Amino acid sequence: MRHDPVLDVSKLPTYGFGHRSPMWWGTLGFCTLEGMGFAIAIGAYLYLSFLNPQWPLSVPPPDLIWASLLTILLIISIIPNYLTQKFGEEENLAKVRVYLVVMSVLGFVAIGIRFLEFGRLHVKWDQNAYGSLLWALLGLHTTHIITDVVDTLVLTALMFTRHGHGKRFSDVGDNAFYWNFVVLSWLPMYALLYWGPRL
Amino acid sequence: MSEAYAAPDPKELRDHQIGGPELTARLAKTWGTEKGLLGALSTVDHKIIGRRYIITAFLFLFLAGLAAVAMRLQLARPESRLIGPDLYNQLFTMHGTTMMFLFAVPVMEAFAVYLVPLMVGTRNIAFPRLNAFSYYVYVFGGLMIWVAFMLNIGADVGWFAYVPLSGPEFSPGKRADIWAQMITFTEVSALAVAVEIVVTVLKQRAPGMTLDRIPLFVWSVFITSFLIIFAMPAVMIASTFLILDRLIGTHIFNPAEGGDALLWQHLFWFFGHPEVYIIFLPATGMVSAIITTFSRRRTFGYLALVLSLIATGFLSFGLWVHHMFTTGLPQLGASFFTASSMLIAIPNGIQIFCWIATLWDGRPIFRTPLLFVLGFFFIFVAGGLSGLILASVPLDTQVHDTYFVVAHFHYVLIGGAVFPLLGAVYYWYPKIVGRLLDERIGKWHFWLAFVGFNVGFFPMHITGLMGMPRRIYTYLPEMGWGNLNLLSSVGTLVFFFSFVVFLWNVVSSAKSGAVAGDNPWDAGTLEWATSSPPPPQNFDRIPVVTNREPLWAEREKLPVATGLSVENRELIVSTVTEARADIRETSPEPSIWPLLAAIATGVTFIASIFTPWAVVWGSAIVGVALIAWFWPKGAKEDEA
Repeated sequence: MRHDPVLDVSKLPTYGFGHRSPMWWGTLGFCTLEGMGFAIAIGAYLYLSFLNPQWPLSVPPPDLIWASLLTILLIISIIPNYLTQKFGEEENLAKVRVYLVVMSVLGFVAIGIRFLEFGRLHVKWDQNAYGSLLWALLGLHTTHIITDVVDTLVLTALMFTRHGHGKRFSDVGDNAFYWNFVVLSWLPMYALLYWGPRL
Repeated sequence: MSEAYAAPDPKELRDHQIGGPELTARLAKTWGTEKGLLGALSTVDHKIIGRRYIITAFLFLFLAGLAAVAMRLQLARPESRLIGPDLYNQLFTMHGTTMMFLFAVPVMEAFAVYLVPLMVGTRNIAFPRLNAFSYYVYVFGGLMIWVAFMLNIGADVGWFAYVPLSGPEFSPGKRADIWAQMITFTEVSALAVAVEIVVTVLKQRAPGMTLDRIPLFVWSVFITSFLIIFAMPAVMIASTFLILDRLIGTHIFNPAEGGDALLWQHLFWFFGHPEVYIIFLPATGMVSAIITTFSRRRTFGYLALVLSLIATGFLSFGLWVHHMFTTGLPQLGASFFTASSMLIAIPNGIQIFCWIATLWDGRPIFRTPLLFVLGFFFIFVAGGLSGLILASVPLDTQVHDTYFVVAHFHYVLIGGAVFPLLGAVYYWYPKIVGRLLDERIGKWHFWLAFVGFNVGFFPMHITGLMGMPRRIYTYLPEMGWGNLNLLSSVGTLVFFFSFVVFLWNVVSSAKSGAVAGDNPWDAGTLEWATSSPPPPQNFDRIPVVTNREPLWAEREKLPVATGLSVENRELIVSTVTEARADIRETSPEPSIWPLLAAIATGVTFIASIFTPWAVVWGSAIVGVALIAWFWPKGAKEDEA
């Protein structure tokens, strides 16, 4: 069939930020399905807590200290995370590098606190169903922290090499977006696992 | 503000500077797949991967079909000693599991992988390397469960693996673990494809393809992808919990330690009911495409059809408890789920009436694809009617776990999904292969399938009402079920034979079928605007869409966009609702890393059946493979 050129796209940009970028939508898709996974796991926890007359089952709830510290850290991390994204959109390589290092360090601290937390829980996963779900929920969230920290490290390495230009700045924004998901998905879990049993 | 807005490289050859065969050849080189084994394993072409996906899914269909034939031979007469109870348990589990997880969902996604980029007028699927990865993960999951079956460690707890039967106490050994881990493989794969489809539809539509110009098949797989995204995490969480209970001694489903067995059923059916629509909705898209083309008129009630798809998608999440009516639920809960189960008949009914109206007002041409659609009407409506019966709690209680249910869901699934799918194969085969399937053999295929199916499955309604439970490996002659079972077995053999005829048609027509040309059916959607089979770049220039049936509206010449690179893999990223051309983005080059990452993932999943530490070291090797995958290798596509 003959072609009738009606549109010239040669002047279009080669990448875009936020919702203009397919990667942003891909990240949103994965956040949605992982968020659904969190919701289902939380649903299972609530279901068993509703069925059992006593909840948590024969053990005290987890201590507040480490999880609260982690929560504060995660909430604070949103600020450097926002700045990383903002400087990415401005394509300010020097500042993007600085803030990616900051985010990497914060990520490592978060993982460290989480592992301290695992060692201080009052129940093991094989003790009863409460312990099983507590460990499962914390484990699920921990995999998300680790995933984003590894992604941040790779991106940091990219931005410190000759690859730090163009579309990578858009990737910086998408990585920051995923971190927001990691933080936001933690908040209902924190309320449920740590404050729920104390109400 | 940024280099993103810089003028294009003046030295780079663009598609308005050349045309004709030279443009085709150069783009084919840019977008092509290297020859040789490494090239084949590194490909990111959605058509090659989609074709592999379709063929693999049909291989699993044949395997699961053979399992069904074996079961029907066993049940053909009372007290048969052909197959023992242990093998029978494995056979019905392998049949159901394979049909649902390795055939039905993957084959629908496979068609989407092949067709959606062509139908929306783009050059490749979004995230093509993820697409390659998802295919390999799917193959490894399928291989794992079938190799295990060959080694006599086949899953034997039914396709929905209820606890406590599948739990550590009643299923020692590895059979249930193999089943649960197969779920992990197939769901990772299905979820990845779902995200690819969503992003392809939202961001890679040809300029001008506004929301109300999206082909109905694309709408159907788009909505299905959302169903996958919201439903499949439930079964992944469930199967992970099951493995945890079995492997490291958690108690999530153990009532003795505060867990609950019904929690499994809730988690499973929260996925399991939308699953039915994950299989059915793409089939409705196939029906819409076939009916429109063979009625020679635009679809009647396009908006109603799209809204019905969306409504069905939403309602499908409110039905899961109707699988659990006999578990002793509160009456109010049961009534709610009865009401919602009946409610979903409304959007499905609207779809059927729209299709009838399209046929009524059109000039229908009764080629094989349309025959299968007519078969779909008959069988699916019959299955829908028995579904309404089952939605009622007292009736469901009476026939629960009997052959009545087996008859119902085979009418719904084979009628609702397999008949449209077979129609779709006849319809799109010319596009994929370049030759038409034989019409005469196709008509034989249809009538054998239609008669065989009904002879095989209709009697099961009656055996079910006579009280025959499902999943029994034999029965006594005094029960009086012998003749009906024999009839069902004969029907099943005829039905299976129809697939042999189909296979013969597919194989022989690939060599000697009539040459198709670009648009053998004179259809209106974009996949027919390119050659058959399409070149690696799909389109030499990206079409600009002016109508819902672009090829019917633009018969003389195709409006196109120009300005994309000929030397590098570039495609148009468009805006979500209006599909305005927005970005000229690169698409990834072929890479072997998706295969290596899939192998690492497979090793991790399989090893974790045996030791929980595999999750730790396995994640590390998967991580390394993923980093190697994403690390830029110096190609222009990586650095843009």
